[in-house]
Amino acid sequence: MSAIQNVSRRGFLKGAASAGAFVLCVRILPESLHAEGLPENARVDRAALHPSVYVGIDTDGTVNIIAHRSEMGTTSRTSVPMILADELEADWKRVKLEQAIGDERYGSQNTDGSHSVREFYEPMRQAGATARMMLTQAAANQWAVPVTECKADLHFIVHSPTGRRLGYGELASAAAKLPVPKVAELKFKPKSAWRYIGKGSPSYDLADIVTGKAIYGMDGRMDGMVYASIERPPVLGGKVKSFDDKEALKVAGVTQTVPIDPFQGPWEFQPLGGVAVIAKNTWAAFQGRKSLKIDWDNGPNATYNSDQYKKQLQETARNSAKIVRDHGDVDASFAKGGKIIEAEYYVPHLAHAAMEPLVAVADFRDGKVTAWAPTQNPQAVQDTVAKAVGIAKENVICHVTLLGGGFGRKSKPDYVAEAAILSKKVGRPVKVVWTREDDIHFDFYHSVAAMYMKAAVDANGKPTAWLQRSVFPPIGSMGDPKLNYGGDFELGMGFTDMPFDVPNLRVENGPATAQVRIGWLRSVANIYHAFAVQTFADELAHAAGRDPVDYMLELIGPPRVVDMTNVKNPNYGGNYDVYPNDTGRLRKVLEIAVEKSGSGKRKFAKGAGIGIAVHRSFLTYVANVVEVEITDDGRVHIPRVETVVDAGLITNPEAARAQFEGAAVFGTSIALSGAITATNGAIDQSNFDSYPVARMREAPLQTNVHLVESDAPAAGIGEPGVPPFVPALCNAIFAATGKRVRELPLSKSKLA
Amino acid sequence: MVKLKVNGTEHAFDGDSTMPLLWFLRDELRLIGTKFGCGMSLCGACTVHKDGKAVRACITPMSAVAGAEVTTIEGLGANGLHPVQKAWMRINVPQCGYCQPGQMMQAASLLKTKKNPSDADIDAAMSGNICRCGTYQRVRAAIKSAAEELA
Repeated sequence: MSAIQNVSRRGFLKGAASAGAFVLCVRILPESLHAEGLPENARVDRAALHPSVYVGIDTDGTVNIIAHRSEMGTTSRTSVPMILADELEADWKRVKLEQAIGDERYGSQNTDGSHSVREFYEPMRQAGATARMMLTQAAANQWAVPVTECKADLHFIVHSPTGRRLGYGELASAAAKLPVPKVAELKFKPKSAWRYIGKGSPSYDLADIVTGKAIYGMDGRMDGMVYASIERPPVLGGKVKSFDDKEALKVAGVTQTVPIDPFQGPWEFQPLGGVAVIAKNTWAAFQGRKSLKIDWDNGPNATYNSDQYKKQLQETARNSAKIVRDHGDVDASFAKGGKIIEAEYYVPHLAHAAMEPLVAVADFRDGKVTAWAPTQNPQAVQDTVAKAVGIAKENVICHVTLLGGGFGRKSKPDYVAEAAILSKKVGRPVKVVWTREDDIHFDFYHSVAAMYMKAAVDANGKPTAWLQRSVFPPIGSMGDPKLNYGGDFELGMGFTDMPFDVPNLRVENGPATAQVRIGWLRSVANIYHAFAVQTFADELAHAAGRDPVDYMLELIGPPRVVDMTNVKNPNYGGNYDVYPNDTGRLRKVLEIAVEKSGSGKRKFAKGAGIGIAVHRSFLTYVANVVEVEITDDGRVHIPRVETVVDAGLITNPEAARAQFEGAAVFGTSIALSGAITATNGAIDQSNFDSYPVARMREAPLQTNVHLVESDAPAAGIGEPGVPPFVPALCNAIFAATGKRVRELPLSKSKLA
Repeated sequence: MVKLKVNGTEHAFDGDSTMPLLWFLRDELRLIGTKFGCGMSLCGACTVHKDGKAVRACITPMSAVAGAEVTTIEGLGANGLHPVQKAWMRINVPQCGYCQPGQMMQAASLLKTKKNPSDADIDAAMSGNICRCGTYQRVRAAIKSAAEELA
C-alpha cells in the first residue's frame, strides 16, 4: 500500500468516503471455521456468542471486547470498548479487553487523526445492541414470554412482570443459535440509561501502569531473541559505501553485523538502510555500534541546510502563489490604499520525541512474520513488513503493545520493517531498539512552515481584505518526493477553513520541496496555521487599539456555518452537513473561556498578562486563555490556563480533560523550545539536551479544562488542544512584554 | 563479579561492569518497569532507588551498585501499593504511562526527605523527569495527596 493510501486512512484525503465506507462486520461462524479460518484466533472469536468481530460472550459471563485502536495515552483502548459495553448493558467489571492484531476486518485501526470515538461510536453501539438483543430474545424464548416483557440490566436479562433473571453467560449459547438482527432493526438505549458513555472510566491499564507491569513495545520479548542497534545514513537517501566491523565484532556480546538496504523509490514507510549490530543484549548492541566504521555516500540531500531553506520558504511566502480559497476581490481592496498591515510567521521542523523510543520485535519463520510493536497502525505494519521481506500481507501477524507515546510517529512502521528484515537475515527473532538519538535523527518531522499575512483595515480597524499564504513541504512527499504543494487535508487544517467574517478573502499555498521525511505530529498543520492566524488577529486588535476578545468575536462574526462553496474542504473526513464549521460554537467556547478566566476584572502586574486564541480542528472547538508572568531573567512562567472545549458528545470526560491538560504542555514545548535544524543534510539535534521539551517547572501550573455539554456528534479529543494554546501563549507574552513573537520557538526571542 | 540486592533479592553479575544498571534490570532480570528513555540521565524514565535514594539507572554502571540495595517500581510497594502508587491511581495521573514508574520512584524519594513538599520543592525534585504526555499537574497533585496519606 502506498504512503498516500496510508495517509488517506486517517480520513483526510478520501474525505467523507473513508469514514462512511466502514461496514460493521456482524456474523456468526461455527467454531471449526474460527480455528482454521483466521490468522490468529482471538478470544472474542472463540466465545460462545460472538455476533460481531468486536465482542464475544463466554458461558461464564465474561464479556470479551476487542480493543482495535492503539493505546498511546488517549484512553482510546478503554473508551471505544466502553461504548460497546454500555449498549450491551454489560458490567464493566466483567469485561475483558483483548487488543486486536492488525486485521482489516476490524475496520481502520490507524489510531491518529483524533477519530477513534468519532468513527467507531456507531459500530460499537451496533455491536453492543446486537448482542444485547440476541441475549434478550434467548431469555424470552426460554421463559416463553414476549420479548417486550424482557430487558437487559447489568449483565442479566430480567423478565419485568415476574422479576426472573438469567445471566449473560447462561444465555450465551442459546443466543448464538438465533439470527443476528439487521442494523436497521437494532434498538438503542436512551441517553438517560447510559451507564458509561459521558461518565467515563479510568484507563483499563491503570493498575498495571502504576505497578510497572504494563507491557510496552520496549518490553517485547520472544524466545531466542537477539538485540539489534542500527547505524543509519545520516542524510536522507544516503547509502553505505563500505563498512568495517572488526572492532564492533570484538565487543563482548556482539554476534554479527548485518547491512540493511536503503529504500527504493519514494521513501514512504521504508527503512532508511544502514548497518545493524546484533548482540545478546541491548547494551552490547549499542556498544558494538559505536565501534563501526562506515563510509557513507550522503547523496544529493547533503546540500540541505535549514538556515538557507528557511530564507527560501520565507521568500516564497512573500510572492503570490496557488489560490486555494478566494472570495470577494482582495486585490481591488488592497489597491484602494488605506491602512495595510502585514506580518510574517515561521515555525520550524519539530520532532515527536515520545518517551518510548521506537522499538519492535519480529520473528520471520516459514514465510511468515510475527511482530510485536508499539504501533498506531498495525495494518500499515502488515503492508510495510510484507513489502520489506517479500511475503503476502496476510502472512504478517502484528500484535500491538501499549505505546509509550505516539503523537503520529508510531503510525509509520519503518522500525518494524527493520526488525523483520533482520530476523529474516539472522534466522532468529530480533528486537530493534532505537536510541533517543536515533529517535530524534530519523523522525518523520512535523513540517517547517513560513506564513505571510496581509490585511487592509477600515477606520475601526476591521479588515476589509485578508490575504494569507502558507508554504511548507507536504506530507505527501513521502509518496512522491517531488510533490511540493500542500494537500487539501493539510490546507484544510486551520487555513482554507479560516472562519473569519471578512468581505474579501484569499488563501494561497506556495511550493516547498521536502529535504527530510515529513510526517504528521499531534494536530499537524493546525500548529503553524493557528499560530499565524490567531497571532495576526491579535496584532490587528492591538493595531486598532481594541480589546482582543471583542475584536476576535467581531472577526468571527455572527453565528453561522462558514461558507465553503468552491473550496476543497476535507473537513477531517467528516460530512459537512453533520460536522459544519459553526461559528456559533466557536464564539461560545471563547466567551466561556474569558468568563472562567475572570480576566475582564483583573489587573496584571508589569511583566504579566493574558492572551487568547480560539480554533476549530478535528471538528472540535477549543478556546484558550493563557496567563503568563515573565521573570526578570526572561523565563516564561505559566500560572494558569483556561481551556474550553466543545467536542460534541464526549464518551470519557475524565480522559478528555487529561488530553487537554496534556495539550497545554505539548504546546508549551512547541512554543518554548522545539526546533529541528539540519546542517549538510544531517539533523543537528540528538537528545533532550539539544531538543528540550517542557519539564514540570516550565509547564503550566494549572490548566482548567471545561467541557461544553453537547449532543452534537462526537468529534476529536487527542489533538485539538494543541493548536490554539501556542498563539494564546504568544499573545499573552505580547500583553506582558510588548514583544511580538512571530517565530517559534521562543528560545530565539529575548524576553528579558 | 558484582553482587547486589534488587527488591530484596540477591543477584550476581559477572559481565561488563561498565554496563548500566538499567540493562541489567531489563534484559537480565526482566524487571521491565524501569524504562529506557534517553540513556543520558536527561529524562528520568529509568529512575530507581539505590540505597533508598533516587538514581538514574541508565548512567549508573554495574560497578557502582556493588553491595547496594536497589529498589525498582516492582519493589516500591513491598506490602501492597506504596502511598505514591495509590495517589497516582486516585488522581488518575498516567496517560501513556511510560514515564510514570520513573516519576513515582522520584516522588517516593522526595517524600522521604520532604514530608510536606512545597510547589518549589516539587519543581526542584521532579523537573528531571520528563512526561511528554504532559501529566505534570496531576503528578504534582498526586505527590501532595500521597504526602497527606503519609502524614
